[in-house]
Amino acid sequence: MENIYLLIVLSPLVGAIIAGFWGGQIGRVGAHWVTSAGVGIAAVLSLFVLYGFISGDNQVFNGSVYTWMVSDGLKMEVGFLVDHLTAVMISVVSFVSFCIHIYTIGYMADDEHNWPQESLAGKNSYQRFFSYISLFTFSMLMLVMSNNFLQLFFGWEAVGLVSYLLIGFWSVRPTAILANMKAFLVNRVGDFGFILGIAAVVMYTNSLDYAEVFKAVPGLADTQIQIFGDTNWSLMSVIGILLFVGAMGKSAQVPLHVWLPDSMEGPTPISALIHAATMVTAGVFMVARMSPIYELSETALSFILVIGATTAMFTGLIGIVQNDIKRVVAYSTLSQLGYMMVALGASAYAAGIFHLMTHAFFKALLFLAAGSVIIGMHHKQDIRDMGGIRKYMPKTYWTALLGSLALIGFPGFSGFFSKDAIIEAVHHSTIAGSDYAYAMVLAGVFVTALYSFRMFFLVFHGEGPRDEHAREHLHESPKVVTIPLVLLAIPSVCIGYFTVDAMLFGDWFAGALHVLPQHDTLGELGKSVHGANSMLGHVFLSPPFYLAMAGLFVAWFIYMKQPSLAEKIKGLFAPIYTLLDKKYFFDEIYQAVFAGGSRGIGSFFWNKGDRKLIDEIIINGSANNVGRFAGLVRNIQTGYLFHYAFAMILGLLFLLTWFVIF
Amino acid sequence: MQFEMSSLIPVLPEVFLLTMACVVLVVDLFLKDEQRIVSYALAQIALLLAAGLTVAVGSAETQIIFDNHVIRDPMSDLLKTTICLVSAGAFLYAKDYLRDRDLFKGEYYALGLFAVLGMMVMVSANSFLTIYLGLELLSLSLYAMVAFNRDSKAGSEAAMKYFVLGAIASGMLLYGISMIYGATGSIVFQEVANGIPNTDMNDMVLVFGLVFVVIGLSFKLGAVPFHMWVPDVYHGAPTSVTMFIGSAPKLAAFALAMRMLVDGLGALHADWQQMLVIMSVLSLATGNVIAIAQTNIKRMLAYSTISHVGFILLGILAGTQEGYTAAMFYTIVYSIMALGGFGIVIMLSRRGFEADQLDDYKGLHDRSPWYAAMMMLLMFSMAGVPPTVGFFAKLFVLDAVIRVDMVWIALFGVFFSIIGAFYYIRIVKIMYFDKPVDDAPLAPVGMDTQVLLTVNGLSMLGLGLFPAGLLTLCSAALS
Amino acid sequence: MIALSDYLILAAVLFSLSIAGIFINRKNLIILLMCVELMLLAVNINFIAFSHFLGDTAGQVFVFFILTVAAAEAAIGLAILMVLFRNRRTINVEDLDTLKG
Repeated sequence: MENIYLLIVLSPLVGAIIAGFWGGQIGRVGAHWVTSAGVGIAAVLSLFVLYGFISGDNQVFNGSVYTWMVSDGLKMEVGFLVDHLTAVMISVVSFVSFCIHIYTIGYMADDEHNWPQESLAGKNSYQRFFSYISLFTFSMLMLVMSNNFLQLFFGWEAVGLVSYLLIGFWSVRPTAILANMKAFLVNRVGDFGFILGIAAVVMYTNSLDYAEVFKAVPGLADTQIQIFGDTNWSLMSVIGILLFVGAMGKSAQVPLHVWLPDSMEGPTPISALIHAATMVTAGVFMVARMSPIYELSETALSFILVIGATTAMFTGLIGIVQNDIKRVVAYSTLSQLGYMMVALGASAYAAGIFHLMTHAFFKALLFLAAGSVIIGMHHKQDIRDMGGIRKYMPKTYWTALLGSLALIGFPGFSGFFSKDAIIEAVHHSTIAGSDYAYAMVLAGVFVTALYSFRMFFLVFHGEGPRDEHAREHLHESPKVVTIPLVLLAIPSVCIGYFTVDAMLFGDWFAGALHVLPQHDTLGELGKSVHGANSMLGHVFLSPPFYLAMAGLFVAWFIYMKQPSLAEKIKGLFAPIYTLLDKKYFFDEIYQAVFAGGSRGIGSFFWNKGDRKLIDEIIINGSANNVGRFAGLVRNIQTGYLFHYAFAMILGLLFLLTWFVIF
Repeated sequence: MQFEMSSLIPVLPEVFLLTMACVVLVVDLFLKDEQRIVSYALAQIALLLAAGLTVAVGSAETQIIFDNHVIRDPMSDLLKTTICLVSAGAFLYAKDYLRDRDLFKGEYYALGLFAVLGMMVMVSANSFLTIYLGLELLSLSLYAMVAFNRDSKAGSEAAMKYFVLGAIASGMLLYGISMIYGATGSIVFQEVANGIPNTDMNDMVLVFGLVFVVIGLSFKLGAVPFHMWVPDVYHGAPTSVTMFIGSAPKLAAFALAMRMLVDGLGALHADWQQMLVIMSVLSLATGNVIAIAQTNIKRMLAYSTISHVGFILLGILAGTQEGYTAAMFYTIVYSIMALGGFGIVIMLSRRGFEADQLDDYKGLHDRSPWYAAMMMLLMFSMAGVPPTVGFFAKLFVLDAVIRVDMVWIALFGVFFSIIGAFYYIRIVKIMYFDKPVDDAPLAPVGMDTQVLLTVNGLSMLGLGLFPAGLLTLCSAALS
Repeated sequence: MIALSDYLILAAVLFSLSIAGIFINRKNLIILLMCVELMLLAVNINFIAFSHFLGDTAGQVFVFFILTVAAAEAAIGLAILMVLFRNRRTINVEDLDTLKG
């Protein structure tokens, strides 16, 4: 099996290397074939591995394949931990990635229009793009298959790197450069916490290996450490929160969420793959993987719960007022990530991962549908300019509808099972903050339905595009675009129904996820609900269904039935509208406080510290002094033979006296 | 004393080189001016074959022959081979230079071969007499070579200074040897070493001897305050001769130190260590500081030599196996660096133009990217920037010094290396960032020279990335 | 009977004289060459004296070599002096100052 795992990881890497370094030689077709083949192999093998686990043929694999170095007993290795959790993750990642590769062939077909003529960066950009997304797949697989913290960190940073490269893929656009810089900086904040967390783990367990760490942590559960002054901190809480800070960066949780909406500057396939389906869920995966640590700290769990609930609700609200089609989906992603975090905080790790999986499919689908619309609209992204596209793009329309229904949790769709499970799990949770979280996720259902269908109606229904020119060119996207849509629509609809029993109420994740009895919210839930059909049976008894329907109806009423109402409401709640439109002023505050503050501090140190003290006094000062001294000392070398001889005699006398005296 | 033919085998390289030097001298008489290349070729063949012979007669065991006056051991094998190869490199670089200046004469090669012979005798010396003869053979040849350009004012002045100071230094060395001879009753190193413990009554005589011997040695190495000749000679001599003086003889001087101080006077380690500490510290400081004020690159490299000698002394004064290994590594690396550094100076110069001002290097990158890149590697290596080999040379020396608990002197070395980095990196800066002042096209250079420069420059990187090989050689040579 | 120390003192005096001659003399290069010879002779006296009092011939052998080398050295020294004079038209020590700094 080890070879299969290696092949899963390495085949996308090989594709990326070939397309990246020899893109010019193999041309466009070669590039998309070689990368798609690499990822395709990974996808097939991942599904094979998953099937092995389903059928029970596969054993959990945990072993290292390469020892990078051993330092003071601390082993730094490349290794794989393949269990049920990993199997789900690699299948989702490689399958979605494969769909995206296919889709990209269509989406990037005329990428040269996005570059100025003669631009050097625009040369072979198509191949480069494929190389990047394959590289991303490799990194993400490394991350989820890791069996140690070092490799986890490698994958973590590698996906961050590719994300950075792809957000700024159109490097001639200033907005793209700003966005990738922002993503980079915000992620640094998160990564700083993350690496501190890893350092704390290494410090107290002297190991990077998951298995060894998890074995050691119960013994450290009551350890108190002192960080500032004499205040005692629970070690588990510190580690848990530090690691979660990393997850907040990568999974874009409030207040580190600001980079994700801006990341939509990247090409749409990237938004679908990296900034919706896979990379941003790395934080969720990581917390689930670390469940043995988090279970030991209720503080950390509460922290996750509150942050997640806040993200779920308040970023959803922003989605209602956005007009850029991709940004709406992006805020929806933020909100759904919040849901996943809430699940983790309620110790319903399985529900979090389950939602991660369903979300990966329907969110990728929604993004690709949005991308398809964008192709049709010739890269116009404002939904107010759209409308009535249903007629022109039927396949896109139907798949987007299925995706939206899955997103709002329409009964029977995959999103329904995962979201309901989360809401119910939070309901059963008793830790601090769970009541707040429950209220937030319930309200979030309404909001989700509202923004999803607002966008859906505005884009696909109503009057046709106002722009005559646009209307003429509207037509369905090519097959390479629609096939992935269909491929993704299938799991979006039905994967929830077929897997919910095993993943949430069965013992699929036994051994991979660790839940203490007193936190077992899913177990509680399992007592009243017995599987998919039972969940469907309870639909009409639970508030989420009515909330979702209400949201759908409100969206239809405001944006279809009474379009003038939208403006009226906007006027009526102007301050709230401004607040939402400005995204709670996060960007402005960050800009003023962190950016401005750092610049202030920076320029202070630059002026006073660097220029005055270091450059002027220390560097130039010492250099000038040494230079002046050198100019002086060189006069010793007078050029006169007798002085030279005299110097030798002086040396001789000095050494002799030295020895006579000492 | 019995003379056995078999005792000639270990000195076969020297015998061969002597023969060849005489052959060059005689053959040259019958050559027309345009046939001088024959002398050159003979000299190169002599050096390469001598290197080959050294390897051939070399072995891991030690042979002491000629009534204990000559020794052949792994250290002498390695140093002799390196000396021959470095000298061959110096001859190769010098060929076009000499031809351009009408200095392409057989005497140059005859003198050069005698100098190499002198170095080899020094390396193989096992008594004060042998070492003195080798030293004089080397020095006398070098005096003549410095004055080789008979029409050069600077050359003759440099030669005169070198000669007078060198004569004083060898006088002092001899005076010291006579004292040691008086105190121990022998001139053979092993017997001197055995005699030292029984000389408590003659302690004063011995210390006198030691001081004078160390001075003679320091002069040869060019350690402060016996360094005064170095800048003037490097400056005044034809660049090809400067290159020759700056490279191979340092290896011989290292052997001189090892043979005299370690083999002969090892028992007085505590005493000579103090002297070397003083001179090493002075050399590091003076060399690095004054180099900054130089505008002539030959002079600058001369002061840089002085600072490198400080490092070599650091390794020797540590007095441990690692220290000697590090010093040997440093010396070999230094001789290669100096060869390359002066090699560039030679390649940039042409008839009537010496390329010895720093300004001549401005914008070198625009004129020849490859020369500039090689020069950059050499300068980085001299400054000790990783991953070039110069870094490891310094690292090993500092490591050895720290291991004998002389941390402060290691810190001192590091401190002055930082100051020294300034003038090396300044060359890189002016090569890459300044506008060229001299737009004349570079003189065409033969393929052989270009290959040598490339090998020379890249070896800085190659040896830096894989320093273990050379280090193992050095360490094996000294064990 | 003349003691060993007497010879040593004589040699030391000669040696010091030669050194003093080298850096006190600022006029004539030939005097410098003479001083160098004197220095070697001082060393020779040392060697002979030690050889005699140690009853060991090695010192005397050494002296022969020194004498030989000294001859070669004088030859080279004078040759350089010739070259110098040809170029500079002077053998004044104080004029040898173009290389400095």
